[in-house]
Amino acid sequence: MSAILEVDGLFKSYGTTEILKDINVSIDKGEFLVLVGPSGCGKSTLLNCIAGLEPISGGSIRIAGQDMTEVSPKDRNIAMVFQSYALYPTMSVARNITFGMQVRGVDKATQAAKLAEVARQLQIEPLLNRRPGQLSGGQRQRVAMGRALVRDPALFLFDEPLSNLDAKLRVEMRTEIKRLHQDLGASMVYVTHDQIEAMTLATKIVVMKGGIIQQIGTPHEIYTRPANTFVADFMGSPAMNLIPARAQPDGTGSMIEIARDGADPLRLHDPRPSGVSGDILLGLRPEDMHEASKRPGEASQAGEVRIEVVEPAGADTFVVARLGGKEVTSRLSADTLARAGETLEFRFDLSKASYFAPETGERLG
Amino acid sequence: MTDVPYAPPTQSRALKIALRWGLYLMLTVFALWYLLPLFVMVTTSLKSLEEIRTGSLIALPREVTLEAWRTAWSGACTGIQCEGLRPYFWNSVLLAVPAVLISTILGAMNGYVVAQWRFRGANIIFALMLFGCFIPFQVVLLPMARTLGILNIAGTIPGLIFVHVIYGIGFTTLFFRNYYVTIPAELTKAAKIDGAGFFRIFWSIFLPLSLPIIVVTVIWQFTQIWNDFLFGVSFSQAGTQPITVALNNIVNSTTGVKAYNVDMAAAIIAALPTLLVYVVAGKYFIRGLTAGSVKG
Ligand SMILES: Nc1ncnc2c1ncn2[C@@H]1O[C@H](COP(=O)(O)OP(=O)(O)O)[C@@H](O)[C@H]1O
Ligand SMILES: [Mg+2]
Repeated sequence: MSAILEVDGLFKSYGTTEILKDINVSIDKGEFLVLVGPSGCGKSTLLNCIAGLEPISGGSIRIAGQDMTEVSPKDRNIAMVFQSYALYPTMSVARNITFGMQVRGVDKATQAAKLAEVARQLQIEPLLNRRPGQLSGGQRQRVAMGRALVRDPALFLFDEPLSNLDAKLRVEMRTEIKRLHQDLGASMVYVTHDQIEAMTLATKIVVMKGGIIQQIGTPHEIYTRPANTFVADFMGSPAMNLIPARAQPDGTGSMIEIARDGADPLRLHDPRPSGVSGDILLGLRPEDMHEASKRPGEASQAGEVRIEVVEPAGADTFVVARLGGKEVTSRLSADTLARAGETLEFRFDLSKASYFAPETGERLG
Repeated sequence: MTDVPYAPPTQSRALKIALRWGLYLMLTVFALWYLLPLFVMVTTSLKSLEEIRTGSLIALPREVTLEAWRTAWSGACTGIQCEGLRPYFWNSVLLAVPAVLISTILGAMNGYVVAQWRFRGANIIFALMLFGCFIPFQVVLLPMARTLGILNIAGTIPGLIFVHVIYGIGFTTLFFRNYYVTIPAELTKAAKIDGAGFFRIFWSIFLPLSLPIIVVTVIWQFTQIWNDFLFGVSFSQAGTQPITVALNNIVNSTTGVKAYNVDMAAAIIAALPTLLVYVVAGKYFIRGLTAGSVKG
């Protein structure tokens, strides 16, 4: 597998403000890379640098093995879909899609053939003569995709293409983009601030914060082994619980002690040889806390906790309790017996827990 | 029946109607007040000198005559020549049309560059151009005269066109820049990826969006240039003077009895083109001034 995109030691500043710091990432042909991070962390800037729309301040970008530093956007063999769609307002849908070919001097017959193919693929044939202003948000989105597809580029770039759609349409288009990726086998870089989009679409996720890459990995790696508390908190909904606790060696594993309101501390055993000790943050996903009465197991891994809030959400019910002085959310089944103000016995599954250093937030073990 | 404790709805309704009529009355009075000078001008221009001397200022003409208009157009004396406004009217057309077109095109290009191609120093250059809008006419008279002399176009219509283009660029750039900054930068980016260059993007994407602001700019520039007197009187010579200068000469060079009817007709002729531009394009003018962002 050859790398289609390699970003090496990339720096980008506007004036004296450094926006991107030492970005290193590469993707292979056919991969779906998702850049995810909070608003303003530099995702669009990175995408614009890859596209050649912004000059870079340091490092290098290679597409299909070729250095791109001096190559203009039109010659990078890329296509881009923008957050605002950026359709040309005075042109018909058909012209929006063929404009690029027209500029490049592609002959009329080829233009028509490609237009027909893309229009069929995206089911926008009835819209071809309309102006962008006469389209709904979802239709505009499709046209913007069409403009990118018709180029058949080495690399697709998407900048939050779904963020202007309503929730239902967003989920539909998400599936459609995923299907498109599978059908075309295309290489894609996709920017979003929505961690669910990232998890569902990516073959590889890059989590960014403040212009610095926090972690690169498969969705599974990012979810189960977050590199620091930022990633742990950002990826997953509800977020991973970060519970102040104390650890000490216990046989081959460790003993985790968590303060509890109105009762002795919880003492839980993690059999994995993680080697953590002292003050730590215990990272526990909401689905790794179970209702003890519904899941038999070792009594030593269970304990009563007072429930503060119960939030039914259809399939799941989210139950908020307090552990180690922090709010802790668990994902229980809809028929849970938890009642606000009463206690409930939880069983904790520490085999999937993460540990973080409280001062730095870095992952331990 | 006389003592009805509760009947506010009808009362407030009557009051509303009264207020509404009061408002209309007031608006009508103001409108008439504003139109009065025009009324006097038109009626006076249609009277004979004899009637002006004997009749009242605001009376309708007893006998309508176009004699004054004919004289103003082709017979009135602007000094030693007595050819009326006609040659100067064409001077103004020959001056205003190219000057408006050139300054509008340059303003569109400048505005496009400043708004969408944020090169280093773009803001400073724009600020300087903006500053150019506020330089009083009088300040540039002498340097401009010298420049025209050096360029060897002093006293010619191309010279006047040059002056008006230079002076207008600040305004036209401002108009177009403010319009183009509302167009999302992503549009330009998309076009760049599509392979379009600087001029192609301007021509295919920005210009087709620009009709409202072109109308605003054309009206503004045309009014400014057509009505200009100071540049016209400073940088022209006999034969190249614009209509405003000729109008002044007609009004001021009459000896003996003042031909008010001719003066009024001449003034109306001089003002007609700008009036026409407003009537034809006024709808777009308002729309263009308030035009907001372009939704893709
Ligand atoms: N043209 C620019 N000039 C100066 N700062 C900019 C410019 N564009 C973006 N920035 C800054 O760079 C940072 C990252 O922006 P962006 O890449 O758009 O973030 P994201 O897409 O992750 O929300 C922001 O703090 C933003 O203010
Ligand atoms: Mg962004």
